[in-house]
Amino acid sequence: MLFTSVDDVSARLAATGYLASPAVATTVFLADRLGKPLLVEGPAGVGKTELAKAVAEVAGARLVRLQCYEGVDESRALYEWNHAKQLLRISAGRDETWDETRTDIFSEEFLLTRPLLTAIRGNDPKVLLIDETDKADVEVEGLLLEVLSDFQVTVPELGTITATRRPFVVLTSNASRELSEALRRRCLFLHIGFPEEELERRIVRLKVPALDEALAGSVVRVVGALRAMDLRKVPSVAETIDWARTLLALGADSLDETVVRDSLGVLLKHQDDVLKAAAKLDLDAV
Amino acid sequence: MTVPGVAERLTSLVGALRAHGMRIGTGETVDAAQAVAVLGLADRELLREGLAATLLHGTVQRQVFDPVFDLYFPRGVGAPETEHADRDDLRDRLAAALAAGDVVLMGQLAAEAVDGFGGYGASPGSEGWSSYQTLDRLRPQTLFARVRENVRARNGSSGFADRLLDDEIRRRIETFRRQVGVEARRRIAERRDRDELARRAVATTPDRVDFLYAGKLQLAELRRTVQPLARKLATRLAARRRRASRGSIDLRRTLRGSLSTGGVPMKPVLRRRRPVRPELVLLCDVSGSVSGFSDFTMLLVQALHDQFSKVRVFAFVNRLDEVTRLLEHGSADPEGLGARIRAEATLTGWHGSSDYGVALGEFAERYADAVGPRTTVFVLGDARTNMSDPNLAAVRQVAERARRVYWLNPEPRAQWGTGDSAAPEYAELVEMYECRNARQLGALIARLLPV
Repeated sequence: MLFTSVDDVSARLAATGYLASPAVATTVFLADRLGKPLLVEGPAGVGKTELAKAVAEVAGARLVRLQCYEGVDESRALYEWNHAKQLLRISAGRDETWDETRTDIFSEEFLLTRPLLTAIRGNDPKVLLIDETDKADVEVEGLLLEVLSDFQVTVPELGTITATRRPFVVLTSNASRELSEALRRRCLFLHIGFPEEELERRIVRLKVPALDEALAGSVVRVVGALRAMDLRKVPSVAETIDWARTLLALGADSLDETVVRDSLGVLLKHQDDVLKAAAKLDLDAV
Repeated sequence: MTVPGVAERLTSLVGALRAHGMRIGTGETVDAAQAVAVLGLADRELLREGLAATLLHGTVQRQVFDPVFDLYFPRGVGAPETEHADRDDLRDRLAAALAAGDVVLMGQLAAEAVDGFGGYGASPGSEGWSSYQTLDRLRPQTLFARVRENVRARNGSSGFADRLLDDEIRRRIETFRRQVGVEARRRIAERRDRDELARRAVATTPDRVDFLYAGKLQLAELRRTVQPLARKLATRLAARRRRASRGSIDLRRTLRGSLSTGGVPMKPVLRRRRPVRPELVLLCDVSGSVSGFSDFTMLLVQALHDQFSKVRVFAFVNRLDEVTRLLEHGSADPEGLGARIRAEATLTGWHGSSDYGVALGEFAERYADAVGPRTTVFVLGDARTNMSDPNLAAVRQVAERARRVYWLNPEPRAQWGTGDSAAPEYAELVEMYECRNARQLGALIARLLPV
């Protein structure tokens, strides 16, 4: 058990610089109590990966990260035998019998552990972050099922390795592909959306402390208005912080038309969006 | 479980969610019960988040979950414990709450408002509670100017962000209207069957809304799902295209792969085929009732445009015209799309009702060159010809020239062939599929699109 209550989660995450909404804090607390993996979905830049890092910091645990990509496979995610070293071992012991060599080359020394296996071995606390799960192929999900439901991995030559201490597991997904029902069933589901105005103001104040408080309020309000528009890519929390830093660098002490017009590119990444937002905010032609 | 009845309430909540098409297993229900045990019942919002985390599997399910949760775990029981407020006093307090943006206070005022003005029947509330009646009597939208004055007076002018104020106030009023709706449903649930209400009175997820019966708001909501759906489909199509590689061995990449196994080629790598990007032709009925379906599909195909070498879109009612240029990337404004198509293209002749025979005949005649052996044709429409000739010859002609022809029909299969529907006749010539909601459309497109 890492946490004693939901408030404890919020307080300790806040101490590391991660301000959690009540939904996030509750779900993290439940994941810890029920011992289930946490599946986090949400738009890019709302702090999905940051959450795992913050939990690791709070728990004093090692963060083991598996970055998923197209074509990630067993040998990248689970374990691999060190073939080159095995060949060396075989050629080094020429006068041994085959039986001796065989038992030796399939021992721990020649095993290269990859993130999933690393996370369930050993006694120290760990946080396993499986990032961008939706980028991996469907077959990898099958691989995850055994690890996530029983926290064990079967290596044919060594037998089944079961976790002595369960890691805190966080999976993130951008929903570019629908994850399978089987995987979802094993996880607690958390959707991190854009934060409430109040929370976002606190985040901006925390990340960019030098920014004037009134200006931070205006920044968050403008971003909120942009999110209500029908844009191709609405600004995320990461963009809000970038914008706040930009304003600081520009030395602006309040928002006016010129400043907004010149720095809108920090918030919006498509030209169509910039034009549309400029029209709605009554800015002169960009 | 310490409080009796919680287990039963939880299972009926799960039952109501299942009735909305969510697949929740017993395992999740047990998890939810554990969550209740861990979190306790003291804080309702914690409970809401805890149950959502254990029971839900996706983001869209949340908008069904929240109203259902409000019915099974209501904020309170009975009328609020306040004096019966008169209308002007309530409006004053509401204006202050809106100006402050205090959501909690707005919620309490919503409860008072429903109690004071929402009841109908012989004595107030004896028959039921109506959010419509409450809002009609209270008219929160007329508070707009007052709230704006109020905020201005309090904060002074804050420069640039001031121009956002109007929209912010509108959003707050919208929040209040929703709170009134939630409160009215809670009061109704106290006198009617809760399970029944949870099934009927809670709107389902947008991807399950029938195209033919979708209202204006629901269509707007659907349009917002076009981009994410297109992204998902594009990923799926790309994956299918990759997997479709077969045939000769790529020697270079096989040898490189064999290095990790000491030079023994364990896994042969196959040569990748150059992806063939297919051509797509869309024939869309944009008359009255089916237009919601056609518009949605056009936008979806437009969003997928980089998956094809060429996309051409034709719209018809009883004449047919090409509308590809109206859908050009970036210029397509989803909201006004239907209106623009009807304004700028020649779609009707002497009358305004749809005529598949004439329109398909015109396509076969004027745009025969649009269809070739690499073209896949999608026809979108309900195949209701208003009793005129279905012109099967034209369809046959198109089907012979094209690689494949599919027909997506937004009507339920049971209604095909009833009344003036020529669906069975067309279905004999081309493959016809039922496509009633966004979910079915997504599945069909992923399956039928050539890769």
